[in-house]
Amino acid sequence: MTWMLQAAQQAPAVQTKIGEPNATAVIFFFAFISITLGITYWAARRTKTTEEFYAAGRSITPGQNGFALAGDYMSAASFLGIAGLVSTTGFDGLIYSTGWLVGWPVVLFLIAEPLRNIGKYTFADVVAARMRQTPVRLAAAIGTLATVIFYLIAQMVGAGGLIRLMFGLSYETAIMLVGAAMLAYVLFGGMIATTWVQIVKAGLLLGGAALLAIMVLAKFGMNPLALFAAAADRYGAGVLAPGKLVAAPLDAVSLGMALMFGTAGLPHILMRFYTVPDARAARTSVFYATGLIGFFYLMTFVLGFGAMVLVGPDAITSVDRGGNMAAPLLAEVLGGTPFLGFIAAVAFATILAVVAGLTLSGAAALSHDLWVNVIRHGEASNREQLRVARGATVALGVIAVLLGILFKGQNVAYMVSLAFAIAASGNFPALVLSIFWRRCTTQGIVASMVIGTGATLLLIYLSPTIQVDILKHPGAWFPLKNPALVTIPLSFAVGVLVSLVTRDDVAAERFAAAERRMHVGGA
Amino acid sequence: MSDHQFRSLAASRWRIAISLTAVMIAIYFGFILLIAYNKPLMGRLLTRGLSVGVLLGAMVIVLSWVLTWIYVRWANTHYDAGMDAVRRADGRR
Repeated sequence: MTWMLQAAQQAPAVQTKIGEPNATAVIFFFAFISITLGITYWAARRTKTTEEFYAAGRSITPGQNGFALAGDYMSAASFLGIAGLVSTTGFDGLIYSTGWLVGWPVVLFLIAEPLRNIGKYTFADVVAARMRQTPVRLAAAIGTLATVIFYLIAQMVGAGGLIRLMFGLSYETAIMLVGAAMLAYVLFGGMIATTWVQIVKAGLLLGGAALLAIMVLAKFGMNPLALFAAAADRYGAGVLAPGKLVAAPLDAVSLGMALMFGTAGLPHILMRFYTVPDARAARTSVFYATGLIGFFYLMTFVLGFGAMVLVGPDAITSVDRGGNMAAPLLAEVLGGTPFLGFIAAVAFATILAVVAGLTLSGAAALSHDLWVNVIRHGEASNREQLRVARGATVALGVIAVLLGILFKGQNVAYMVSLAFAIAASGNFPALVLSIFWRRCTTQGIVASMVIGTGATLLLIYLSPTIQVDILKHPGAWFPLKNPALVTIPLSFAVGVLVSLVTRDDVAAERFAAAERRMHVGGA
Repeated sequence: MSDHQFRSLAASRWRIAISLTAVMIAIYFGFILLIAYNKPLMGRLLTRGLSVGVLLGAMVIVLSWVLTWIYVRWANTHYDAGMDAVRRADGRR
């Protein structure tokens, strides 16, 4: 994160305690760690079967799962990043606020209920339901791991940088701290602990953001329009209009497609639908999650413009060039060092919870999809499955810490968009084709997943973000920053064409039974 | 009887799911395309402090939630009741 290093070397133009050890932050941070480890201890005694480890014994209520889905989805990138973008660019930042929400209705209409009724622990269960297990599980595991690993790197690199900025810890210490706490939750408490960590985190994040928004609005007679008008008076009417961010329309449409269809292919989000008792509960939980996440993104309007007016874009970028410290700086202006400490601890809790959810879904792909269903052909004892799942968790935790340290200094934004693009092109088309289309074949589904994931990785490598910004080449072979505009249609087309030229009588025969199960539930 | 009812319920479920998905796509990409191709309109002020763009952005978020509400309401009343009948008929067979 070079911009962070440079920012830290500059003398801050504002009086801020950011970057200094902060007593309140440390207290809130230890309170969060103690409470979540207490939950983990409680959950560990209830985690004896694979159903409990992967799916919390299917005992989570729709309201709880709504909060947990929101917790899994609202990463520090959205809280700190969007507030920062709005505070420095105005309206352009709001484009992100809307984009991050519109995938949720798609999850509800097309994916949530069929997934709950057909699958068991992972989205590969659904895709493989009618198909030959080995090739489909292998391809799905590649898509899952590619998504999870890029998402994990983004979270880890972000965590290291942010914690260093906020607590003054070294980058490596911060990353290892995140890795250790996350391993404790997932390893001992499985999905029960992970779910409750998400719920606590979502409550803290929504509560902290709401408190901050109310304190901002209190200065403007509780009227958001008075706040927006103050921003326009001071920085020009341009802050309420589109600016430079959407200079290339195709780039905006491509990013929009990745966000809209990527949500429905994120393994750690899809896995949450197995934690509720039935499809109706899965449906209701998306309704709650959409409301909570939508409310949160509406608050980012107020937080962003609040930071613009009360802190000022120059002060924000002088502390951190990416603008990521807008929300913490706003908290400091409004509530002093203690409130800054609280918001810093909330941001840390946010990263920790997302990392735990990601690791659990990656471990499920390795142990449930690869070990149990490919290597052991579905025949493995409960004890063996749990042992493999925990081994996979440790391996992923170590990989996440190592990659976090290895990728130090990289821009995290492109890795998140990469994760969404892979999920949208590698996982989403295969899910839709296998659920809706009788004629699709094992070969078609595998080709769609492998080519969707592979083409996304290749085109990201050839994109201006990598070729020009990182490798410093004069130009890029592929014009778009995000490949979803090309790779989503490509993945669907490959799935359809390969299915049409191959035959899979077993898959076609099983369609009627799978369709019935998708609507009326399991036996 | 059960199979006929199942067919027609499954068909209406997908009809509604696909229509609502299409509406969502139209709303969001309509918003993005307006930003891309009609910046002056998005920047026009409706009242002090409120531009067309900010209002439409907030409406995209609110409408996403309204669409999920429409689907959940339909599914909870019609779809669930119908599928419960199918399940009962399956049980009797």
